[in-house]
Amino acid sequence: MINSLFLINPSGEIFLEKHWKSVVSRSVCDYFLEAKEKALEPEDVPPVIHTPHHYLISIYRDKLFFLSVIQTEVPPLFVIEFLHRVAEMIQDYFGECSETVVKDHMVMVYELLEEMLDNGFPLATESNVLKEMIRPPTILRSVVNTLTGTSNVGDTLLTGQLSTIPWRRAGVRYTNNEAYFDVVEEIDAILDQSGTTVFAEIQGVVEACVKLSGMPDLTLSFMNPRLLDDVSFHPCVRYKLWESERVLSFIPPDGNFTLMTYHVNAQNLVAIPVYVKQSISFFECGSDGRLDVTVGPKQTMGKTVEGVMVTVHLPKTILSINLTATQGSYTYDNGTKVTTLWDIGKLNPQKLPNLRGSLSLQAGAPKPEENPSLNIDLKIQQLAISGLKVNRLDMFGEKYKPFKGVKYITKAGKFQVRT
Amino acid sequence: MSSPLLHATVCCYAFECSSFLTNPITYGYMDGFDSAVQCVTVLYWVCDPQMIARGKNASDLFPAVVKNVACKNIEVKKLVYVYLVRYAEEQQDLALLSISTFQRGLKDPNQLIRASALRVLSSIRVTIIVPIMMLAIKEAASDMSPYVRKTAAHAIPKLYSLDPEQKDCLIEVIEKLLADKTTLVAGSVVMAFEEVCPERIDLIHKNYRKLCNLLIDVEEWGQVVIINMLTRYARTQFLNPNMNEDKEEKEKKKTEATAIVKRKPYVMDPDHRLLLRNTKPLLQSRNAAVVMAVAQLYFHLAPKAEVGVIAKALVRLMRSHSEVQYVVLQNVATMSIKRRGMFEPYLKSFYIRSTDPTQIKVLKLEVLTNLANETNISTILREFQTYIKSNDKDFVAATIQAIGRCATNIGEVRDTCLNGLVQLLSNRDELVVAESVVVIKKLLQMQPEQHSDIIKHMAKLTDNIQVPMARASILWLIGEYCEHVPKIAPDVLRKMAKTFTNEEDIVKLQIINLAAKLYLTNSKQTKLLTQYVLNLAKYDQNYDIRDRARFIRQLIVPTDKSGALSKYAKKLFLALKPAPVLESPFKDRDHFQLGSLSHLLNAKAGGYQVLPDWPEAAPDPSVRNVEVKESVRAVETVTARDRGPLGPSSGEDVKKSEKKSKPRIGSSESESEEDDDSESESSESEEEESEEESEEETKKKKKVGNERLENTRTTDIHTHTHSERRNTHILNCDSQPNTIASVQVFDTICKPAWLYMQFLLNPPLPVSVPQTIIPSGNLKTYELLHRITGEGLSVEYCFSRQPFSPDPHMVAVKIQFTNSATSEAKSLHVEDAKLQSGMRIKEFPEIEVLPAGETISVVMGIDFSCSLMFFVSIQPPVGELMMPIFMTENEFKKEQGEHRNQCMEIKQYGPHFDCHAVVQRVTTAANLSRVPCGSDKECRFAGKTVTSGSLVLVSVVTKEDGAAQLTVNCEKMVIGTMLVKDIHQALTQ
Repeated sequence: MINSLFLINPSGEIFLEKHWKSVVSRSVCDYFLEAKEKALEPEDVPPVIHTPHHYLISIYRDKLFFLSVIQTEVPPLFVIEFLHRVAEMIQDYFGECSETVVKDHMVMVYELLEEMLDNGFPLATESNVLKEMIRPPTILRSVVNTLTGTSNVGDTLLTGQLSTIPWRRAGVRYTNNEAYFDVVEEIDAILDQSGTTVFAEIQGVVEACVKLSGMPDLTLSFMNPRLLDDVSFHPCVRYKLWESERVLSFIPPDGNFTLMTYHVNAQNLVAIPVYVKQSISFFECGSDGRLDVTVGPKQTMGKTVEGVMVTVHLPKTILSINLTATQGSYTYDNGTKVTTLWDIGKLNPQKLPNLRGSLSLQAGAPKPEENPSLNIDLKIQQLAISGLKVNRLDMFGEKYKPFKGVKYITKAGKFQVRT
Repeated sequence: MSSPLLHATVCCYAFECSSFLTNPITYGYMDGFDSAVQCVTVLYWVCDPQMIARGKNASDLFPAVVKNVACKNIEVKKLVYVYLVRYAEEQQDLALLSISTFQRGLKDPNQLIRASALRVLSSIRVTIIVPIMMLAIKEAASDMSPYVRKTAAHAIPKLYSLDPEQKDCLIEVIEKLLADKTTLVAGSVVMAFEEVCPERIDLIHKNYRKLCNLLIDVEEWGQVVIINMLTRYARTQFLNPNMNEDKEEKEKKKTEATAIVKRKPYVMDPDHRLLLRNTKPLLQSRNAAVVMAVAQLYFHLAPKAEVGVIAKALVRLMRSHSEVQYVVLQNVATMSIKRRGMFEPYLKSFYIRSTDPTQIKVLKLEVLTNLANETNISTILREFQTYIKSNDKDFVAATIQAIGRCATNIGEVRDTCLNGLVQLLSNRDELVVAESVVVIKKLLQMQPEQHSDIIKHMAKLTDNIQVPMARASILWLIGEYCEHVPKIAPDVLRKMAKTFTNEEDIVKLQIINLAAKLYLTNSKQTKLLTQYVLNLAKYDQNYDIRDRARFIRQLIVPTDKSGALSKYAKKLFLALKPAPVLESPFKDRDHFQLGSLSHLLNAKAGGYQVLPDWPEAAPDPSVRNVEVKESVRAVETVTARDRGPLGPSSGEDVKKSEKKSKPRIGSSESESEEDDDSESESSESEEEESEEESEEETKKKKKVGNERLENTRTTDIHTHTHSERRNTHILNCDSQPNTIASVQVFDTICKPAWLYMQFLLNPPLPVSVPQTIIPSGNLKTYELLHRITGEGLSVEYCFSRQPFSPDPHMVAVKIQFTNSATSEAKSLHVEDAKLQSGMRIKEFPEIEVLPAGETISVVMGIDFSCSLMFFVSIQPPVGELMMPIFMTENEFKKEQGEHRNQCMEIKQYGPHFDCHAVVQRVTTAANLSRVPCGSDKECRFAGKTVTSGSLVLVSVVTKEDGAAQLTVNCEKMVIGTMLVKDIHQALTQ
């Protein structure tokens, strides 16, 4: 299936290659680099490229291209999904996924890749299984390793792959047994010029951090499961119980994992926590314009809106801007994309933050046709905007009493205001 | 990092890379290092990266690295595996050195070690070990650990890609593994099935229900593969659930009467239902590939009413990474043409954000256009209006196209769209205007009468618009509908005639076109203009334009010689043209299986399996039944395999029936355990499972034993103990001691072996006196040191086949030194022969002086038990590692009988052999003695290996038709295999 993997940095340099079948010359990447040259943005590179002898399937993630070489028919999503798993694995092991990190841990990355695929077919992609085979680096361990000469490769034989619950490693022991669940909801919305909602929906995810000894069997139930319209689960969740009783029953993996993602029924009206008043205009004659943006709280259920950030994608013909913000600070980036990032922070209903000032265009440039759109970012602690609530968490199969906790956060997802 | 790799460091010291290590090891970034080196993680830290960057090929270090394959440290070991697999292809002979380690690993009591040994062994891409791999896979396929069986399934495609001739054997293994009832194996074996024999759909029948039931517990990647395979399977085995509806549509067009007569109620096969029911929960998978696989299964297999469930899941995937979105949208675009209703409720999810990548925007636009109908068109058009203002001009162009398509498909909004597009004509961006012109042109073709004002408006645009395609479109429109704008058209031609020479080629062609049409309709006003344009075109640089001008002149301008065609000129130019149909590029893409690479590319990718059409009548559903009675079962299996209506005839030969007994056993295994334990959520403990397994194995063994009573010592087989079970397993019909010997084949690997010799030459002078050395008698000589490399001294060696008197366990090697230099060579001796343990050498006495032009021969003895390569090598062909023994014909037959199944190869030769030639060739190839025999059709040879004394028997039987059969019996399988190769080569030369 997957023949080779190349990691390519944004400047087009290949800094890692790994082959699972016969070696494919790295010149095959030229087709990709050509397509990359043509594309304006890295995101615009087509994910599937057809070359005379191979097919190249690539993803762009964390400013890196993961490029895989395929020789025969294979579902493209299969490869794309796997490449994302590789990126997630690197992130999971080393805290971030970047060129420097990969170069620093070259040997370990190779070991991981070797275990993840066999002859191009995925072998071990579960984080729990991999961590049992190859231990992630910690500062303490690297010091110990240097002194004692032991290595990161687990020398105990792993059992995870053999059991019927491959996602959980055996023999887990903790002194503090704890299970935390974060219910994170994101609002995806498009608002039009007048502030009317064109489209809005809520996507949620339940992230879990479970550190429990032994083989705990957990059951999580919601107060109002009917809210959930469409769900997807981690493989550990027993689907049949969800179908019949609407409870999540599972033996969790050890550590951090995504338990479920859900979509809130679109029939329910989505509460939009903020409103944006904006006016951006360019004068017909002369080469400048005006920008005036005000953000205010709308339906916040009595919570404060934090971390508000407004990103304005300005036309490329903008030469300079001169703005004043009544609250927070703004930065202006005149790179490939001209953007203004206004970091507001906490919203104060008494004193609404406002950003205004003038824009000047390059001399002779025509008046931009489209007004720039605004992307809003925000965060509300202790609130799931859909109203979803966790009812209780029960544990079976182990004797001890775990410490349990649930946290709710609402964020803006792809929240766009058209102007 | 230091200590585990110190080991590897040492191995490099042992090699010649002291120069590497005189530099302090630097742990820098390795910018721009050689690609070959990238994989060699072992060497990253050992060797100075800069050395590698200078072009030092990492494969030079192969022997030194491979030596560590047996290293205790797991990290070093794993890295050596990575290295080994990467470079084995380039260093085939050396890679063989490591095989024995893996062979030992295959016998390890720990299942993980067995699995890892098989995994690496099967990844070494060296053709010579194909038989070893085959044996290992066969054995692992019946291992008691499901993990090892999974690894065996993984190994099958590897072996298949290495040697496709093994296909038949591999299919047998696949058949066996398909019957496996563990979730661990299911995904991997179906993967192997898809790569090796996707056409053997008959192998699935018996396992179909089991696969459906296991599906939900298989790991994600396996699920994708199984679902895709089952989609294909279902298409061949079940009836189209929508056939009545499809028929209805067709028949409505025909007559109503026949529809009533032929209507047969459709009842879904319960197995078809089972598949749909068991895949549905997987729509909730977190893995996008699984969701897509289920979605395509429903799209291709489910009744129309049920397909709707996949829409929600697909829309969910749109939240994922942009690459996932890209693939999903492609598939949604195809689906939305056929089943529009399915996605209509999710229309808003396809709205475009200004931050989407262009390719996503275009795909979303495609979906929105496909979803447009009378009720939602106004919403969609309002959205489109927003998009037209975008800064992304490619996207705007695509939007205009989309508006055009909506307008052609939905009559009510055509005027609205047209008006909107006309407004765009005053847009500042030329690309937008051009695209609008092209689309308007297409729309106008549908109803030109009502829109002469638009045509007039467009005629004015010719003054400003510069994009050639748009200019050409306008000119074509005016020409086509010149009767609607009789006043303007000649004026436009006048203007264009002025600028003719500066126009692009497509515009020029349209000017000629316009001129011709006007000449035909309004020749009074335009005669001169047309003449002028045609004259200009006559001298144009482009031959197409010259050609067109000549052609048109002949057609329209009446001359005395004008042909019959000019009468019809008006009909030719002003014929009514059909309006273009604006279609989605995704139309009919669904003949490719959705979700596949081929569908995405809209072209058949290598290895794509065509999704078959539904059968007219359902094939026999009973093939999927798994019955219990043994006698019935045997017949059933055969029917399934042969796809014939009847079982095997009674006159079948013994060999065939024996072959068929295998799958029967496989299926019996799955039946006895048919109770659906996949449902139970609790984890089975390993011991339980293995006990169960081993019991099964024994049962199975019993059956095999009974069938092969003649060859097998059944007494051994009934025992339960682990070790014995294993042994009987490997070689079904062999006695115990020999089995153990065969396990250690590579412990005493004989070829290739190497020697290191350093010659001191004094003084070295380059010369070029050609001199050939005639090998003495029959002996083949091998070059050790070439004359040029040796600066005048050449060394050759041959195997003298004399017993080496100082030590009978050594092979005598005759070394011949020839000094073709002008000066004499002094002090020739073996210096510091670095030998592996187990390998011994008896040096020849030092040659003090070798005068120029002289030749001298010495004999040395070498015990090639196991060794390593250095600078120069003596590579004995396998035939030299044995010595002849004398045997009578009867003894030979007896021995041969005992070793029968150990290594036998049958090859066919040409017709030109007599006994003498065979004897000569075989003895040249291998150091064997002939066994006297009565018949001259058969030649027999006997010998034993020098080191271990194992027997080597060769017989060549010439057949009536001139073909010959070569049989080699040797308990050392590798030697046997290589000997067959060598003798075969010798005989066919």
